[in-house]
Amino acid sequence: MKLHIDGREIEAKENETILSCAKRQGIRIPTLCYMEKLLPIGSCRLCVVEIEGYEKPVPACETYVSEGIKIWTNTEKLKETRREILQFLLLNHPLDCPICDKGGECVLQDLVYEYGIEKVTLPKFRPKKIEVTWSTPAIKYHPSRCVLCQRCVRVCRELVGRDVLDIVEHGYNARIEPVRPENCISCGECLSVCPVGALTEKISPIKGRLWQIKRVSTVCGYCGVGCTLQLNVLNNTIIKVTTNGIPGPNNGTLCIKGRFGYEFVGSKDRLRKPLIRVQEDFVETSWEEALSYIAKRFSEIKEKHGSDSIGGLCSARCTNEDNYLFQKFMRAVIGTNNVDHCARL
Amino acid sequence: MAGLATTLGSGAMTNNIEDFKNAEVIIVLGSNPTENHPVIGMWLKYLARYKGTKLIVVDPRAIDLVEEATIFLKIRPGTDVALINGFCHVILKEALYNKDFIEAHTENFEKVAQTVEKYNPIYVEEITGVPAKEIENAARMYAKAERASIIYCMGLTQHSHGTDNVKALSNLALLCGHVGKPGSGINPLRGQNNVQGACDMGGLPNVFPGYQRVEVPEIREKFEKEWGKRLSDRPGMTLTEMVEAAINGKLKAMYIMGENPLVTDPDLNHVKRALESLEFIVVQDIFFTETAKLAHVVLPACSFAEKDGTFTNTERKVQRVRKAVLPPKEAKPDWEIIMMLAKNCGYYMDYKSPKEVFEEIRKVTPQYAGITYERLEAGGIQWPCPSEDHPGTPILHVGRIARGKGLFVPVEYRPPVDELNPDFPYVLITGRHYYHYHSATMTGRSELISRLAPEPFLELNPADAEPLGIKDGENVKVESRRGSVVLKVKITDRVQKGTVFATFHYPDSPINLLTNTVLDPESRIAELKFAAVRLSKVV
Repeated sequence: MKLHIDGREIEAKENETILSCAKRQGIRIPTLCYMEKLLPIGSCRLCVVEIEGYEKPVPACETYVSEGIKIWTNTEKLKETRREILQFLLLNHPLDCPICDKGGECVLQDLVYEYGIEKVTLPKFRPKKIEVTWSTPAIKYHPSRCVLCQRCVRVCRELVGRDVLDIVEHGYNARIEPVRPENCISCGECLSVCPVGALTEKISPIKGRLWQIKRVSTVCGYCGVGCTLQLNVLNNTIIKVTTNGIPGPNNGTLCIKGRFGYEFVGSKDRLRKPLIRVQEDFVETSWEEALSYIAKRFSEIKEKHGSDSIGGLCSARCTNEDNYLFQKFMRAVIGTNNVDHCARL
Repeated sequence: MAGLATTLGSGAMTNNIEDFKNAEVIIVLGSNPTENHPVIGMWLKYLARYKGTKLIVVDPRAIDLVEEATIFLKIRPGTDVALINGFCHVILKEALYNKDFIEAHTENFEKVAQTVEKYNPIYVEEITGVPAKEIENAARMYAKAERASIIYCMGLTQHSHGTDNVKALSNLALLCGHVGKPGSGINPLRGQNNVQGACDMGGLPNVFPGYQRVEVPEIREKFEKEWGKRLSDRPGMTLTEMVEAAINGKLKAMYIMGENPLVTDPDLNHVKRALESLEFIVVQDIFFTETAKLAHVVLPACSFAEKDGTFTNTERKVQRVRKAVLPPKEAKPDWEIIMMLAKNCGYYMDYKSPKEVFEEIRKVTPQYAGITYERLEAGGIQWPCPSEDHPGTPILHVGRIARGKGLFVPVEYRPPVDELNPDFPYVLITGRHYYHYHSATMTGRSELISRLAPEPFLELNPADAEPLGIKDGENVKVESRRGSVVLKVKITDRVQKGTVFATFHYPDSPINLLTNTVLDPESRIAELKFAAVRLSKVV
């Protein structure tokens, strides 16, 4: 199917939206409530485009392509519409960017900057004061920052399947509430999809801006699903876990362990030095001493009782490289096939 | 995973996780993904809600996924073989089986047909407690689907007849030809992040890396040449056998890397006795675990965040693990420790990085031959991947079962070993929950997770609680023939009458004092899902 976007003739696929067609062609249409992994709701209206012959602009995220249509994505009229929408969002949204966790990674901040909005021009409207705000042991809600894009509501409903959140009340009083708090499993999916700083994490006391931290893509160390994730590191400390569209079997989704279960890495209980038993106590020792003692004991036992009197347990928690060398050690150095791990647990 | 290796020629998940979307019907049996593989649990929920995938959930407990299930079969613990044979019976009787597939791709069909003859729905209802009608409905739904998958986990394998359970499932899939296609397969979900990789790497007593058997002379020669050492042709001992050997004095020393058997293994008193009777134990771990307390030398290792390498997930996907932070003080990555220890033992190992180790892995492991660190930069690759231009294999057995012909293996129902009697009238099932992980050495150090799941509990059906006079939140002593623990009770109809459920995460209430070490004869998996217990209120 052929159609035109911004004067270019484009080959579109059947049953795709204008947004996905444009995206594939490298034509950027601004979005806020839209997320590729969620059903589109056309709520924020930022992705509106004009189609020749149509009276009003339509949201690109939920309008499907059709043969021969001529679409314009960035006319002066559309730019003005988007500016107005952003002005409306800023009515209630505090300009507290310097103290907001999302500063530097905020969709709203980027768009306001991009569209050159320098001040809030609409008269301030005071909504009913929201007394109750909610927070879980992991996540805090800042209702004034919320742009009601419903990404959090939708991700919890569609991808997590818990239906914890919903919008309550209407108009200026509309806000997100946990309507089924008992269903919450603290997976943090809502947190991860929030485009602004309305949901923030409460785990790490240390905060770092995007440009101060290092993001390392790796694989979660818990269950067998093998979710990919990014460890956010500041000064050799993990301060957050994100996913940001890296490829993996989890498609950006995580559970409580993957997203929040990283504290053990920096735990003060970590072993720091080799320990050796002296009677009933353990004392710290050097690597050289520990290793030569182990080598001596293994060789004595092997000499006296044979290779098969020594057994090894490798680990379903260690890497392939660790496990390969472990079984090689047991087989080639100790000389036994007594090697196993807890695959059966 | 001995079952599938016998019947299909490979013990791993046949299909990839994403591929579940291609199935019309999915049987989830002995698996509670919502708690144990949360992201797969979410995926299945999504498919049921938004894509119309029909779920058939078989479990003794009303697990979370039941809400989305088209059919829920609440089965008596330990009676899976009877149920699955019952499915096969219905499918044969109603001629819903895939004759062409059976002829072209399988052998030994007649034997199974004979065996399942007597498993009519009425008989199966008596054993399993599942109504005959529902057995028929589920069997029809699975058989009539164009594409249907099976997902199972430890609920099926941690039995004295676990391998029989898997073989029965394999029979069911072969009967309907639901193998080797998108949306059709048999998928054991692996519990730990790299349990698949540890098996692939030869962390098993009978095989070298790549499941190459130690008894086969040509294979041994290949490894002898690569490693420059004579190698033993005797299969070694499994973990549970090592425990026995330690007690009877045959095993003298152990080297334990990143494992905590003193919380996770069945019948803990027995394990403790075993470890205490050893002359010498080396434990290499990131924390001073319960097991480390019995060691003679403890070596500080790196966590996953502090080292480079690869993990292989449940769907056989090899993915890159990358170093993000420096380890604490003198802790070192496991591969480096092993290398240094080998040198101390007079064997020269010299790898400058995990990448060099991986190059050797590729050389000796045919399934990994085509995987390189460079290729993994673009995302994980699923083995088998025989050459560098091979894209990897999301679905196994396409066009041809790995074994050649899928093997039908007749299996009969055998009851669990631990006997229920008036002294020990309840069945204890053990497992994990969503918040903690295994022995909780990692999650126990997360303030958040500890806050949300601070203490263990015993799930008890209201109908059992009443006659015992036990109220929600009260303490109860749980006793088996092997030991006892005290747990707080949570009264819930998630568990059926006559069964109780507890997790093994909490070292202070070690539920594995109670569990049975009796093993499946083939897989050597212990019967962790069935222990006869009695309950008494603690005053």
